[in-house]
Amino acid sequence: MHASVRPAVSVNLPPTGTNPAAREPDAALSMRMTVSKVNFFYGSKQTLFDISMGIATNKITALIGPSGCGKSTLLRTFNRMHETVRGARLEGEILLDGKSILSQDVTSLRRRVGMVFQRPNPFPKSIFDNVAYGPRINGSKTPIAECVEKSLRRAALWDEVKDQLHKSAYEISGGQQQRLCIARALAVDPEVMLLDEPCSALDPISTAKIEELLVQLKEFCTIVTVTHNMQQAARISDFTAFLLIGQLIEFSPTPQLFTTPADPRTEAYITGRFG
Amino acid sequence: MSARLRWRKFVSAFMLSMTGVCALVAVSVLFLILGYLVFHGGASLSWSFFTRLPAPVGETGGGMANAIVGSAKLLLLATLIGVPIGFFGAIYLAEFSGSTTAFIVRYAADLLNGVPSIVIGIFAYSLAVLPFKHFSTFAGGFALGLMMIPITLRSTEEFLRSVPISLREGAMALGASKWKTIVTVIVPSAYRGILTTVLLAFARVAGETAPLLFTALGNRFWSPGWNQPTASLPVAIYNYAISPYEDWHRQAWAAGLVLLGLILVINIVARGVLARGISVSRS
Repeated sequence: MHASVRPAVSVNLPPTGTNPAAREPDAALSMRMTVSKVNFFYGSKQTLFDISMGIATNKITALIGPSGCGKSTLLRTFNRMHETVRGARLEGEILLDGKSILSQDVTSLRRRVGMVFQRPNPFPKSIFDNVAYGPRINGSKTPIAECVEKSLRRAALWDEVKDQLHKSAYEISGGQQQRLCIARALAVDPEVMLLDEPCSALDPISTAKIEELLVQLKEFCTIVTVTHNMQQAARISDFTAFLLIGQLIEFSPTPQLFTTPADPRTEAYITGRFG
Repeated sequence: MSARLRWRKFVSAFMLSMTGVCALVAVSVLFLILGYLVFHGGASLSWSFFTRLPAPVGETGGGMANAIVGSAKLLLLATLIGVPIGFFGAIYLAEFSGSTTAFIVRYAADLLNGVPSIVIGIFAYSLAVLPFKHFSTFAGGFALGLMMIPITLRSTEEFLRSVPISLREGAMALGASKWKTIVTVIVPSAYRGILTTVLLAFARVAGETAPLLFTALGNRFWSPGWNQPTASLPVAIYNYAISPYEDWHRQAWAAGLVLLGLILVINIVARGVLARGISVSRS
């Protein structure tokens, strides 16, 4: 089932050394986002240490690591969702298309960098209104109905819900709800889509559907996904970053990280010696 | 069966029946009141009760049309004053204020909620009656409105806070500003709860008598506009019930039944009509 899901990963990346910085993806590869020297604090507690990495355009980058390693925290800084938490503080720089995300208007940033959460969180509205939410609040120029259909098609949900668009979003299954949330995020045409363990609350069939969907979505946007499921990262991602207690241990093309990890801690983690 | 086990079973059965009896008592109080009202008031209800003014002393018959309209006007005014202040105050508390401010405001609201209604009446009297040198519908509505503020504020805040954080994040991740999130997601999600709150506050002040005694005063005739003393159902019940006339006692019972019916009808209509606005229910 997953053979069709496996992406064709470009293998013509340069050889990498053991230094994490040097193991970053090829600089010639176009970078949608660049993270440099990010330190993150909750109050006085530091949870991310000096993280630098690049997010390649129209690729899937997976963040893996054990619980509490800071992968979700890192993901949430990419669209500044960390700012909703009181006492959160970020040092360092994050660039989107070469411009700092920290100095731009946060609402327009979040329109360009969308997010899908761990648990499906549809609004208590109809399926149609959920997808239309983003275009409506952002004053989209294209007709709403058209945009809703396009987004639902991209999220591979259209055929299942086209006859019940005005039903409550709570009446469809959890897996469908999560794809609805992806459609909702796609409706504002984001350049980057962040997914925070999007399948952890779903059954295996729904998970497979979402994995397949993510690989298709590369055509439209750059994807960063957090997962605690290493097989999932191996199946769908082009690049994988391994984090451990707030530090970026290793960041390389996915096949390389899983077959020839450079760091012994990465190897220990992917072979299941801890987690 | 050992003695200890038998004793435990006895205690269990005893406690179970005790709780059941208490629950029954709680419900039966309501039904007793309802039954009593229907029994005594129902007989005195007639079409003229709703359409005619009170009969002059000594004559039987007449109605309380002026008190029914008076109560409706007072409650309308109270809702216009109390609900917006309570509602927007709750939004500030739940979404914007720091924890210290929220604590102080919440505590003050709880205190205001506990202030005896007669004291609210004196306050409204000194603010809305004395300066104008006459009692008025406005003063009465003002007093009732003050009472609605803390009830609306506290419960609305609770309902706003209970909206899951995932919904707020979902909206914000789509580029919604804080205000957009509140208007388009948080308030619609808490809508039913807030509506219930407003209805409860409404029902609570609908029966208040003390704050009206020296603000709206009472009136045996019509009270056009907002600037004259007005009759109201609770004050009319009070005046009629303490009178020495048998016929007035019956009218007081009828007024009680009408007051209760009024609250019930408004509750049902408001739920039916307003709740239809939100087509999607949580399941």
